[in-house]
Amino acid sequence: MSRKSFRPDVDAPEWRGGYTPYDIIKEGTIALVVVATLVLILAVVFGSPDEKAITLKAWSNADPVDFATTAFSELNGTSTTATYGAPYNHGGPSQQIGPLQLEKWVGVRIPLNTAKDFVLDPLRALPNEPVLDADLVRYEKASSTTRASWLDAYAKATTTMKYRHGTVVVNATKAGPVPVMINELTTMARSGALDQDLVAGNDFYTTDYTESLLFLSDGQYLANVATEQHLAGNQWGMMNETGNYPGQAWLWLYAFWYQVAPFNSSGNGDALVWGTMMVLSLILLFVPFIPGLRSIPRKLRIYRLIWREHYRDSGRA
Amino acid sequence: MNGEIDEPVTVFTTVAALLPLNTLGHYIHWHFIYISVANFTVVVAMIVTFVAALFLPFPGRKRRKENK
Amino acid sequence: MSEEIDRQWTTRLRRKAAGKLPPEKLLPDTQSSYVASWIYVFGVATLAALGVVIGTGCILALRGPQWWHGSSYGHFVNSLHLWSVEVFMFAMVIHLWGKFAMAAWRGGRTLTWMTGVVLFLASVATSFTGYAIQSNFDSQWITTQAKDGINATGAGAYFNVLNFGQMMMWHIVLMPLVLVLLTGMHVLLVRMKGVVPPFEDDPTPTPDVARVTE
Repeated sequence: MSRKSFRPDVDAPEWRGGYTPYDIIKEGTIALVVVATLVLILAVVFGSPDEKAITLKAWSNADPVDFATTAFSELNGTSTTATYGAPYNHGGPSQQIGPLQLEKWVGVRIPLNTAKDFVLDPLRALPNEPVLDADLVRYEKASSTTRASWLDAYAKATTTMKYRHGTVVVNATKAGPVPVMINELTTMARSGALDQDLVAGNDFYTTDYTESLLFLSDGQYLANVATEQHLAGNQWGMMNETGNYPGQAWLWLYAFWYQVAPFNSSGNGDALVWGTMMVLSLILLFVPFIPGLRSIPRKLRIYRLIWREHYRDSGRA
Repeated sequence: MNGEIDEPVTVFTTVAALLPLNTLGHYIHWHFIYISVANFTVVVAMIVTFVAALFLPFPGRKRRKENK
Repeated sequence: MSEEIDRQWTTRLRRKAAGKLPPEKLLPDTQSSYVASWIYVFGVATLAALGVVIGTGCILALRGPQWWHGSSYGHFVNSLHLWSVEVFMFAMVIHLWGKFAMAAWRGGRTLTWMTGVVLFLASVATSFTGYAIQSNFDSQWITTQAKDGINATGAGAYFNVLNFGQMMMWHIVLMPLVLVLLTGMHVLLVRMKGVVPPFEDDPTPTPDVARVTE
């Protein structure tokens, strides 16, 4: 007991009233049975979604031009992953909030060189390809100026890229070995060999899909399928699920910020959203200590409904 | 894939998902708010449940009065 | 010897634990008569749903993460797991709304509130790792999108959402451990402190009514 002044939003009166019989084990058992039954009914009626994963094989067969364009952007270092920055590489600026550059300070911890890891190394792994091997040697031995001119020539021609009779067709005469490399990588992807190479590399066992997922997300195909399913960021996508299933509706506030300025147009949008959500989470955590905020329940008076029987019986209603 | 080959037809194969929700989702678009019908249903159900929990009488009143 | 026994860690811990939570508080057979509203069922409903989530998760674990793609039994268990998560979050949020409306942190119950908030945030994180390991298109999209936000905090360098193996171990080992420990703490705190009493209508302190202050 304390004689200091009573703070109605912090302190609670000691209960001196009556008690009623309460069977806690029975309550728990009833809750379990009711919840399990409800879950069973929902599962039987609605099931759950399972849209098949998109392999590099499926992507390159469905849209070989998008695949080849993306493969080229990995080679010439212009893809989203190649220009991402930390934690993958130093290819681009990291996000920050004012002076806080957490992404940059932590640094490159999952090192990726998209030209080497997504294009050159997989091509080198192909057996019995003397023409390709010769082209790869030519590419590696070329000066950086020569390589840049090849890549530039190919880049200018990608707008007219076509896929004809199993071949990527690009009108780029001064692109050196680049057309052959991109065409071979597309063929490799269409066979399924690239999926396996990016995941397993030189190891047998692996459960890390970083490389294939980044390659996949650099293209348009994955994003197009997602947009069709209303999963894109500007469609409040993180709350949504494929088909007509409810998604992670509890992510509503996280998804909300991405729809409004400055979050939706800032280059530091993700950092700003996370920073905002962390602050709001801390506020929720420390509600008991925040005057004003902790008074809201008493002022809202919803408690009058919850404890109406108590107030009626104690004659204070 | 690690599924069973030639899995026997059971109640799971015939009954599972009476009303599968695999068709393309329906969405409600209001100003900048864009919410799936499914999520909207869940949110409305939560609010209705909360309000109902506040207003519905709780059984055992007589017992509580006797024990005061 | 009895002095030596009194000083033992085991003896001191047992006495402290039993003092704070004697059997009749741990498993009470009465409750305060003001606990008379349907809003009070959502705490135990959340607990029950967590039990179903963990139970269905254990069944999924028996056959591995790819089982449900090729088996209709497996797909059914996956459906049970998904809907138990939806019911869990449904009940937990309503429980949160109710506890806020009651200002349930009052009377020395701030730790109960705070463990509850951390549980909410941990549950959101746990369900995210679950979505990440579905090993289907949804996982591919969710992880390639979520990585940008997590990378922006610097945590992405260590918490790689594109690493299926890592996400799976977080989802089935680390996060359930955190959830179960925190839930245990949260429930025991409720048992120790009791359910928060109603607001007094008359704010003027009366001399014959004891006050429980922090």
